[in-house]
Amino acid sequence: MKHFDVAVIGAGVVGGLIARELSRYNLNICILEAQNDVAMGATRANSGIVHAGFDAEVGSFKARFNVAGSKMMKRVTDELGVKYKNNGSLVVGFSDADRKHIEKLVARGIENGVEGVRLIEVDELRAIEPNISDSAICALYAPTGAIVCPYELCIASIGNAMDNGASLKCDFKVEKIEKSDEKYVIYSENEHISADFVVNAAGIYADEIAKMVGDESFTVRARKGDYILLDRECGTMANCTIFRCPNEMGKGILVSPTVDGNLLLGPTSVNIDDKGDKSTYADGLSKIMATASENLRVGLPFGKSITSFCGLRAYGNTGDFIIRPACERFINVAGIESPGLSSAPAIAIYVAELLESEGLRLEKKEDFNPIREPKHAFREGSIAEKNEYIRRDASYGRIICRCESISEGEILDAIRSNPPARDLDGVKRRCRAGMGRCQGGFCAPYVMELIARENGVDFASVTKCGGESAIVFSKTKGVQE
Amino acid sequence: MRKADLVIIGGGPAGMAAALSAREQGIEDILILERDSSLGGILQQCIHNGFGLHTFGEELTGPEYAWRYEKEVIDKKIPVLLNTMVLSVDESKVITASNTEDGIFQIEAKAIILAMGCRERPRGALNIAGTRPSGIYSAGMAQKLVNMKGYMPGREVVILGSGDIGLIMARRMTFEGARVHAVCELMPYSGGLARNIEQCLNDFDIPLKLSHTVVEIHGKERLEGVTIARVDENRRPIPETREYIPCDTLLLSVGLIPENELTAGAGIELSRITNGATVDENRQTEIEGIFACGNVLHVHDLVDFVSSEAEIAGRGAAAYIKGEAEKSDRVINISTDGRVRYTVPQRIAGQGDVDVYFRVADVYRDATIKVSDGERVILQKKKLKLAPGEMECVKLPADKLCGVENLRFSIEF
Repeated sequence: MKHFDVAVIGAGVVGGLIARELSRYNLNICILEAQNDVAMGATRANSGIVHAGFDAEVGSFKARFNVAGSKMMKRVTDELGVKYKNNGSLVVGFSDADRKHIEKLVARGIENGVEGVRLIEVDELRAIEPNISDSAICALYAPTGAIVCPYELCIASIGNAMDNGASLKCDFKVEKIEKSDEKYVIYSENEHISADFVVNAAGIYADEIAKMVGDESFTVRARKGDYILLDRECGTMANCTIFRCPNEMGKGILVSPTVDGNLLLGPTSVNIDDKGDKSTYADGLSKIMATASENLRVGLPFGKSITSFCGLRAYGNTGDFIIRPACERFINVAGIESPGLSSAPAIAIYVAELLESEGLRLEKKEDFNPIREPKHAFREGSIAEKNEYIRRDASYGRIICRCESISEGEILDAIRSNPPARDLDGVKRRCRAGMGRCQGGFCAPYVMELIARENGVDFASVTKCGGESAIVFSKTKGVQE
Repeated sequence: MRKADLVIIGGGPAGMAAALSAREQGIEDILILERDSSLGGILQQCIHNGFGLHTFGEELTGPEYAWRYEKEVIDKKIPVLLNTMVLSVDESKVITASNTEDGIFQIEAKAIILAMGCRERPRGALNIAGTRPSGIYSAGMAQKLVNMKGYMPGREVVILGSGDIGLIMARRMTFEGARVHAVCELMPYSGGLARNIEQCLNDFDIPLKLSHTVVEIHGKERLEGVTIARVDENRRPIPETREYIPCDTLLLSVGLIPENELTAGAGIELSRITNGATVDENRQTEIEGIFACGNVLHVHDLVDFVSSEAEIAGRGAAAYIKGEAEKSDRVINISTDGRVRYTVPQRIAGQGDVDVYFRVADVYRDATIKVSDGERVILQKKKLKLAPGEMECVKLPADKLCGVENLRFSIEF
């Protein structure tokens, strides 16, 4: 049985940044993930917003970690080579009631320590956001609001943790945890490991993991949010992340550019009982189409949508993040709903402190390297820079994904570097091959060949996203073995 | 910087025919840039027959049709760069491309022919509700897996959309032992060729469900089934008609979109109807010396029409390079009434006879195609049936275009 100093359950952005934070120290770390890849839960499908921090109740964990995390995000993303864009956030008001609410939000933002947050009138609003709806009367403007790609941040933080010695076990669905005086033994269906300390960052399943060590003090529900992603040619329709005035079901439908230049619309907000239900609902998609357009004076071109998807947010029953020990040497990091992504870097530091107070020795590792080479460096390089890559490795000259112009070299890098991509969706999330307008129609068979070749497996065993998600079933009649 | 008289982007049927026609006109310095590892484009995976009836008077398979052109390209020693992806084209006709040998390089061309073809509309563009399992493919990707890779993407199949590739794949999957439960078509008519409905569906008792669509996708990892429903006249699903079909594969044949990223990048405005450039009768775009032909210009139903359009573009580019392009001070713009969705060309710049190709928006019976100059009717032609899936053509003789400033194409009854 393999033994680790710390086991982190859950390879989402929260677990990933915790593992990366812990990899600064002389610790033997293992990340356990139930799915076949990292970033498969709420991290895979959310709005990608680095919130400024005006939303959360004063004095809450949400407020504290959001404001702190938002301030850290630029540096963290720089170190990890992850795209970050400080595009600012707007909360748009259409009525006097909205104005009153926005005034309250501004006051709360100031109290939470959000820099530069203020109410702006329609003229300034229009100058910042020319496409804003004609019926808008004012807005909250938070210049520190930003956007990142949540799964890119997660992949990069886990990759960096692994480059610094951490282990990752995918397809490790925790089924049982045995606790003794000195250690925890964690079982999946097929194997088990032991660890002195455990961090439970299992997203929507965090309550079930906590129960395994006898903590039934909280529950986590899944709150479903549907999104529609529009083509890159629509990415300039909005500069800022545009929210409607919020209500009790969340922040409503937002319109936001993404760091990759698409336009993202969503999410809806529906509490569901089946934590495995990742389907989009027709009424959810219609709601997005109906309400996203209200923010803008120009019609949104839904014919340019390239995909729709659903994210499940971990919604705890306490109203705040649940970050506390379940029992000795076992920390729950649960109910990390919005603003979880924004808070994650600050949560990671806090969890390290909690572990230390539980007795974990944090001894700085001398050769810790905080830097991960940006994976989009080739894509965004000049012709001369690209040619330097191609000179070193000719496969960068061969374009495989036509819509996004992704080369074979970038795909091979996604398959070879930490954490390695093992299936089509994994390649797509790491280097955008298959992410474009044709959604892999052209390149999927080529990418399948590369995955098969690199892993020394048969073409037919390559999947879309692990498990039973095979792409092909069998050979055709005429093919001789 | 490298230079060439004529650079052709795309080595499919359009690119090859354009190159041969330009060579015929005496252009020596031609370069074809092809992103795939061989010439032929999508024809390589179209192993069914039915190609070439117009061009060669015989029924060929896709690869056979492509080979007729490829052989000539080889015989005529027209230079081709394979595995070469064009990254951008600018309005001064500088092309930036990438491959493993040359890295990223630029070529300055006197003339360019855009022949990049088209791609399939993916599921995302439809926003079908439900899960995102594996087992959902564009018909063309399934065709590639079956015909090029030798693998079956599934056994129990539903096809959404009755475009020609979908119809062809219904038959192909059946040949390989799969069961095709239904072909659902949102519109009250099929967008595919009549002969394909007969030979690919009816001959195999595969039901074509017109005015039906897929409303929900089921299955967590691999597709487990789809819910289909009839749609009303506004194409909205009727809830009471929902029907669950268990299947492991959903093929989408829901439209083709010309691949015009390079065109738009060069600053050429795209037509909202064809999603391609607008051109004159030589298939010259709004930028002098940049031509377009084949499915990148508008989606064709027969490759034979692609070849003949490409020959026009090849001749046009050759005349431009040689400085023999007809200079004319008048341009006739062609407008349409909506029943005629679009024409190609969209404008006439020269003095000769012009074949105008067009497509209609709906199925029309006992209709008259009318071409007028705003006041008088220049030409009219009766048709028993017109359908969106079949391209039409009228010849406008030069003498009838004298003094004309605008043309309008309409369908009347």
